[in-house]
Formats: sequence, structure tokens, C-alpha cells
Amino acid sequence: MKGGRPGRILAFTLLLLGGVVMVTPLLFMLATSLKTGDEVYALTFLPRAPTLENYVDILTRSPFGRWFAVSFTVSTVSTLSVLFFDSLVGYTLAKFRFRGRGVVFVLILSTLMIPTEMLVIPWYVMAKSMGWLDTLWGIMFPGLMSGFGVFLMRQFFLGVPDALLDAARIDGLGEFRIFWEVALPLVAPALSALAIFAFLGNWTAFLWPLIVTTSPGLYTVPVGLASLSGEFQTDWEMIMTGASIATIPTLLVFIVLQRNIIRGIMLTGLKG
Amino acid sequence: MASVALRGVRKDFGRTQVIKGVDLEIADREFVVFVGPSGCGKSTLLRLIAGLEDASAGEIEIGGRVVNTMAPKDRNIAMVFQNYALYPHMTVARNMGFGLRAARLPAAEIERRVRAAADMLGLADLLDRRPGALSGGQRQRVAMGRAIVRDPQVFLFDEPLSNLDAQLRTQVRTEIKKLHQQVRTTAIYVTHDQVEAMTLADRIVLLRDGRVEQVGTPTALFERPVNRFVAGFIGSPAMNFIPARLEGAEIVLPGMRLPCPALAHRGGDGAVTLGIRPEDIWAGEDSLRAPVACRFEAVAGVVEPMGSEALVMTQVGGVDVQVRLIGRAHPRAGERLRLAMDPAQIHVFDGASGVSLR
Ligand SMILES: Nc1ncnc2c1ncn2[C@@H]1O[C@H](COP(=O)(O)OP(=O)(O)OP(=O)(O)O)[C@@H](O)[C@H]1O
Ligand SMILES: [Mg+2]
Repeated sequence: MKGGRPGRILAFTLLLLGGVVMVTPLLFMLATSLKTGDEVYALTFLPRAPTLENYVDILTRSPFGRWFAVSFTVSTVSTLSVLFFDSLVGYTLAKFRFRGRGVVFVLILSTLMIPTEMLVIPWYVMAKSMGWLDTLWGIMFPGLMSGFGVFLMRQFFLGVPDALLDAARIDGLGEFRIFWEVALPLVAPALSALAIFAFLGNWTAFLWPLIVTTSPGLYTVPVGLASLSGEFQTDWEMIMTGASIATIPTLLVFIVLQRNIIRGIMLTGLKG
Repeated sequence: MASVALRGVRKDFGRTQVIKGVDLEIADREFVVFVGPSGCGKSTLLRLIAGLEDASAGEIEIGGRVVNTMAPKDRNIAMVFQNYALYPHMTVARNMGFGLRAARLPAAEIERRVRAAADMLGLADLLDRRPGALSGGQRQRVAMGRAIVRDPQVFLFDEPLSNLDAQLRTQVRTEIKKLHQQVRTTAIYVTHDQVEAMTLADRIVLLRDGRVEQVGTPTALFERPVNRFVAGFIGSPAMNFIPARLEGAEIVLPGMRLPCPALAHRGGDGAVTLGIRPEDIWAGEDSLRAPVACRFEAVAGVVEPMGSEALVMTQVGGVDVQVRLIGRAHPRAGERLRLAMDPAQIHVFDGASGVSLR
């Protein structure tokens, strides 16, 4: 920030303000998780005597560990599935000509316009008739593919030159290996971005896991935390503690994959 | 090594016919160049031979086997692409060995072949680099290396030099020729540059609009073009064309009557096109060597000196005619020139169909 150009100062001030607005609730959450129950409603920002007691409590007195495991399983499996199938479909739509390709693409795109709220009832009917209610599979099946991911991957695969695929055909690779060994590494940045979206989406999903599960042992972290508000007369410090722990995986995913995005772009020389 | 044969090969994309029936025999060890204007179907024909496209009709034979239904890898060919198509995420060594690895050759053998090709092409120091860190010429050589390590029966090149600057292009062109003389593998080379075609080819296949116009040695196409299109395409600067009439045994041009007994028997309306290459027009003293009937005078228009020669634009009967004058001295614009056509080098084409009449 050199010089005193007013435009720059204004921009930085606005960014700073925006940053503060975004970060404050998170810091407040973290601060609250370090407070004792009596102090929660005092509404001071910093805890008077910071303690890790809440962390011990939530891990021992509630099934938080289980919820975390459920969330982690669902998010990981869904993310891997989204990465694999969305890129496969996106690749096919981008690189193969076949009758009905346009129609298929439009149909997939149109799913982007339907909000989750409209889908939960059909999902529920489906899960019920298949006997998937209150199962891990029931929680994750709607998130195993996403229209958005297909769209994103298709756009990136369009940027992969056909000649590369032809070269691989002459080199003697089968179509799946061409996809896996030539095309996929070239869209690594897009895969990282998609992984972040998919993981966060599943990690924070609330409505569907709430509807499909009934046994507390199958709650995801958001559903489990919400359940705390009834049972323990809303122990805010517990909820904040759980939420604080829950941000760790998302942070990790973001940090690891973001670096990957940048490295991917440098490595392949392809720009999305 | 192998011969290649095409019989009645056609290719349609939906309703567009791109290759409209091509018959061609390419001998073992031959270097054949497909040349033609943009969009004439050169790449498509090459991709049909490679197996990257399926023929809509006809037979493609490599080494005596019909390969129509074979995958590219089973056709024993290697291809060098226009933009090199190197895998950006792999090192040079991996790029070159990728096909061999896919064919499950032993690692030691892959290593040996990659080394050998790298030494041959001067790539030994670059094996650990990625394509992004190479110059255009180096990438081009890696692409060649990738083709060489496969030890194919046929090399296919699709405009491999078009992304290089002019100087490098000439250099690599020579290298390709040298390479072919070393390995003697049958090669099919696509270009739209007739100079590349002339310098590289044992035989040229000149394509237009999905059809073969003429097949022959560079000299044959240059000296005996079968029609006006071939005549205009081969040779640089291009042949001059002057509308003329055939009257009895004479070709009548504005201000000239050229005796031409060979064409005396032709009937028709007599409309013909006379073709003469810029270097086959003599000037000054030289023009006196030609029969009187072949001499004419013209005013020099634009003059382009090029050191040891000059291109001079003149007009004959309102048609632009380019003259190539050898020698350091060149005329000024506006100067009156005494010129003559070399009678042995005059081409005559049918006015309507463009077919060569002599
Ligand atoms: N997959 C395709 N679908 C439809 N038309 C195609 C396809 N591939 C090529 N064509 C058409 O076929 C014609 C010949 O194309 P081709 O690429 O073989 O030309 P070319 O002679 O190699 O031209 P250039 O010198 O520009 O490379 C062009 O008119 C092109 O538009
Ligand atoms: Mg082409």
C-alpha cells in the first residue's frame, strides 16, 4: 500500500471492514467456546478465565465424536463420488459427440434451478420406499452427484485440446485411461475447487440429514448441534464448542486444496 | 516399414462430404506429402489413416492389412501433431515413453529407446523438463521423439512446422528430411505450404476439396501440371495466367499471336488460358533468344528487388503478369521493358475446365 491514492485507501478500508464483519462471528464463536456456562450471557467478547473444559465435556458427555464421524464419512464419500462421477460425465459431455448430447446437458443444468427444499419430499418418499430412512446411505445418496459439478467440469474439459486425447489414442491408451491419465490431471485446479464446494456443502448440510435421520447416533454435526439446544436448555457454550471443532476439517480442506489449485495452474499451464 | 493404400476412401461428417473418394498407393519407404489449400481435407485424410476417424466408405490398407476397423494403436503408426500435443503434466522423458509404457514394455527397454531418440534429436539434457519449459523448436523435437520411440511402420505428420518461425522452419525441415533418410520409414506429411511439399516429398499428393487433383514427383507437378489449379498452386511466385483465344494453330493474346501447331486440331469456342511462370519470362538481351512471335513489350509497375533477383509487376492486355528477373540490376517503375516468353515453358489450359492442353 504505497502512495496515498484515495481510491486505494478506500478499497482497503472497505475490504478491511468486510473482513472484520466476516471474521467477528467466528471469533465470537471461538471465544464463547472458551467461556464457562455462567459467562455466556455476559456478552463480553473475551472470556475472563479461558478454559478448555467445554471441549472435554462435549467429547465425553455428548455423542459429538459419533456425529463428527458420520459427517466426515458422508462428506468424504460424497465428495469423492462427486469428483469421480461429475468429471466423468463432464468429460463425456465435453469431448464426445453423440445423439442427444445437448438435451442431456440442458437437463443436467436444469437441476441447478431446483432448490433443496423442493427436493426433500421426493427424496424422502424415495428413501422410504427403498428402506434407506435413518441410514448412512440415506443421508448421502442425494449428494453423490451434482449438476453444478458436471457443469463446472464440462467447462474445464472443453479447454483440454482434442489433439492431446488423439495423441493418447495413438499412444495406445484406452478411453478410460485417457480420461484418467491425460485429461483429469489437466483439470486438477477445477477438481480442487469442486472438492471444496462438495465437501463444504455436505459438511454444512442441515435440512436433509435432519429429515432422514431419527436416531441420534446417525446425526451429522449440524443436526447434532441443533439437538443440543433442546436437550440441555440451549448450552450455547457447548454449541459454540462443537461448531468450533467442526470448522477444523473445512479449514484443512480449504488450505490443502487451495494450494493445489495454484500449483495445478502453474503445473499444467492450462488456465480455467 | 510398410506400404499404404487407399481405395475409394470417403468421409462424411453428417451431411458434409469432406473426402470424396480418394485412391492412392504409397510405397514402402516413400515420403509422401499431402498438400492443398486450407479446408481441402488433408488433416481428415491423415486422421483416417491414423484411425482417429472412421472412413464412411472405402478401404485403408497399411502393410498389406486392411486396417479400417483397427484402433490407432494397432495400426503401427506414429503421429506428430500441429501443436505438438505434448502432455503438459509429464516430463519430456515421460512424454516420449508414454506410449511404450501403455504397451507394457519393460522399463529398461523404454529407458533405452527414449535415450536413443533423445540423443538423436539433441534432447538428452531436457529429459526432466516439462513441455511448458521448452522453446517451440524443442517441443517440436520432443513430438518427433515421441513418434520415433514407437518405431512405427508409418510416420504421420500434420503440419508439424507451422508453429515455428521462418528460420527454424527451414532448419527443422532439413532435419526431418535427414531423419527420413536415416530411418527410411514410410512417411506421410501434411502441409499447406508448397515449398515444404516441394523440398520434402518423394511424391506430392495435391488435394482440393476432398479430391486428389494430381499425384507425382515435385518436378512432375511443377513441369507438367494437369490443370490450372495445380499450376497455380505449385511454384512460388505463382504462375501467371492470361486469358487467350485459340485460333487455328495460333494462340491469340492482346498484341501477340503465338504459333501452337500442337493444338491446331482442337475445336470448341477457342477460349483458353495461357500460363507462364514468372521465371520463364525473359527480359532485355535474353528476350532476343525467343522467336519473334513470343516477344512483347510492357511497362514495369511495382518492382520488388530481392538482392540477386527482382520481381517486377507488369500488365499484358489488362492482366497482371509477374516477371522474375535474375541479376542484381533491376528496372525502375515506369520503365519500358522488352520481354519474351520462353516458348518451351508456355502452358495452355482449357478456358472453362482448366484442364491442361499441353
Ligand atoms: N469433426 C468434424 N465435423 C464436421 N466437419 C469437419 C470435422 N472435421 C473437419 N471438418 C471439415 O472438413 C473439412 C476439411 O477439414 P480438414 O481439417 O481436413 O482440412 P485441412 O485440409 O487439414 O485444412 P487446414 O489446412 O486448415 O488444416 C473442413 O471444411 C472442416 O470444416
Ligand atoms: Mg489441417
